[in-house]
Amino acid sequence: MDNDKLIIGRHEFSSRFILGSGKYSLDLIDAAVKNARAEIITLALRRAATGNTANILDYIPKDVTLLPNTSGARNADEAVRIARLAREIGCGDFVKIEIIRDTKYLFPDNYETIKACEILANEGFVVMPYMYPDLNVARSLRDAGASAVMPLGAPIGSNKGLATREFIKILIDEIDLPIIVDAGIGKPSQACEAMEMGADAIMANTAIATAGNIPQMAEAFRKAIEAGRQAYLSGLGRIIENGASASSPLTGFLEN
Amino acid sequence: MKKRIDHMNYLPDMDKIKSDIKDKVIYAMNEYNADKYTENDVLAALEHSSKTVKDFAALLSPAALPYLEKIAQQAQYETKKHFGNSVNMFTPLYISNYCDNYCVYCGFNCRNKIHRAKLNAEEIEKEMQAIAQTGLQEVLILTGESKKMSGVKYIGEACKIARNYFKVVGLEVYPMNIDDYRYIHECGADYVTVFQETYDFEKYETLHLAGHKRIFPYRLETQERALIAGMRGVGFAALLGLADFRKDAFATGMHAYLIQRKYPHAEIAFSCPRLRPIINNDKINPKDVRETQLLQVICAYRLFMPFASITISTRECARFRDNIVNIAATKISAGVDVGIGGHGNGEKKGDEQFEISDGRTVEQIYSTLCQNGLQPVMSDYIYV
Repeated sequence: MDNDKLIIGRHEFSSRFILGSGKYSLDLIDAAVKNARAEIITLALRRAATGNTANILDYIPKDVTLLPNTSGARNADEAVRIARLAREIGCGDFVKIEIIRDTKYLFPDNYETIKACEILANEGFVVMPYMYPDLNVARSLRDAGASAVMPLGAPIGSNKGLATREFIKILIDEIDLPIIVDAGIGKPSQACEAMEMGADAIMANTAIATAGNIPQMAEAFRKAIEAGRQAYLSGLGRIIENGASASSPLTGFLEN
Repeated sequence: MKKRIDHMNYLPDMDKIKSDIKDKVIYAMNEYNADKYTENDVLAALEHSSKTVKDFAALLSPAALPYLEKIAQQAQYETKKHFGNSVNMFTPLYISNYCDNYCVYCGFNCRNKIHRAKLNAEEIEKEMQAIAQTGLQEVLILTGESKKMSGVKYIGEACKIARNYFKVVGLEVYPMNIDDYRYIHECGADYVTVFQETYDFEKYETLHLAGHKRIFPYRLETQERALIAGMRGVGFAALLGLADFRKDAFATGMHAYLIQRKYPHAEIAFSCPRLRPIINNDKINPKDVRETQLLQVICAYRLFMPFASITISTRECARFRDNIVNIAATKISAGVDVGIGGHGNGEKKGDEQFEISDGRTVEQIYSTLCQNGLQPVMSDYIYV
């Protein structure tokens, strides 16, 4: 397990838990990061206030990698502009593309996302697109230079877990990039399930930010993610993986 | 008696857009009979993870009142899911109180002999500097409704100045044509709120006796014109208590719902102003909107459109506001002055539109939110 690294672009991470920062009371972010042992934290650039009142950037521990997102963007152009702005103000080269033009479900616009991915990857960004789990789109994102893909498990904030399970599984099987399940994960058990299935990492925000005890929930998620990863690496028993199997061989009748 | 203009006919200078939303809203409102909903309808509504129009109707009905606690709990759950602990802060800035409309219930109406005033560019800048110094990053620019005294250009200039001091600029001014909104959008405003006041067009006619505002359908299509012009978000409100508040709240929700379906990218916001009842006596006026009913309406908006922003007015007292932001509202004004020129050091030039009940400063509201475990957010917006 010690050598089990999550590799995004040319960067290595030991943690497979990406934390959102959008829905917290600022003074709890630090405890959440520590208990989650997260090494990557997302940041909505639109929240990164400048001015004399509390700036979320001041509350994010300095030793974690910032993953600025482009929330607020409704098309590729806007996402590209936000990403460049993030880089200009010193948020680094990582960017999570989030292009949403649906205020009800907050579904990502896959088509615009591919366009933005291509432009930003060419500009040297480590691009991590939030996407609706569609195999063709995931391939296009890979070809456009994405460093990971971030399919949604369920609508943002819905806590519904892996509603798109089967489609994410296909991405895991077919795409040679880290598959990071983003959105919809409401409980540690759901995070664990995604990891068991072979997801490379989990991104969660609402589930932790709205928990009764935030640091404790962050820790619970971390443990669930680690457990799921370990189960995946150890290879699930065939019964669990492939359904029921007969105890005596069905092919024993063959005469060899 | 003086013959008044037909309130259902557009004036020659008003854009007429092709849209069936107005008719659908009116139809839905006319069909809505709050008294026909039963306890079972309310229970069914509470069961549904995503609320239908019928659920919304039931949640607004008198039958839902005994379940208000449960409704509030569900509303809080939805609010947390979509907004976490965040509560946005802003302040309104009145730059002019000249008004050509004669709305019988409003302090600014053209028949009222109040001190009228309008800030010039320099004064607007001073006011904005003073507001920005409190830490706020969102401003809502307001005027009385006089195109003559506060023209589109004048409002545009105010938006340009605002962009130097604030990250978010919203407007609550008279309804405009599409080209005007396009211009204002270029000047830096991205959100347009217009209160319909009441969706009951017969009642509307008796309350809005003169001025452009008298034209009911033009006002009702404001949000759509603003979105066509490229605005990012639109706000909706009925002034609850002018007419049957349940019908008005239902129509407001339907209006927002239909707009969001037609323009899925539009950010939707509700305001929930109410006429403060003078005498709370059920026998005199059974349709009074008290705090209980107001809470019911706000929670119904939240459950019907969990992703919408809901603003709580300073018409309400500190106790109600502090509690409602923990349940369903997501936006609160602070350091409010509804007169003209009250923020800077200069003398106040013009009178107030209404009496506020929560005069707390930005700092006070900020710290109260924090004490209650909520996170004040000054801007959740990026200008692209």
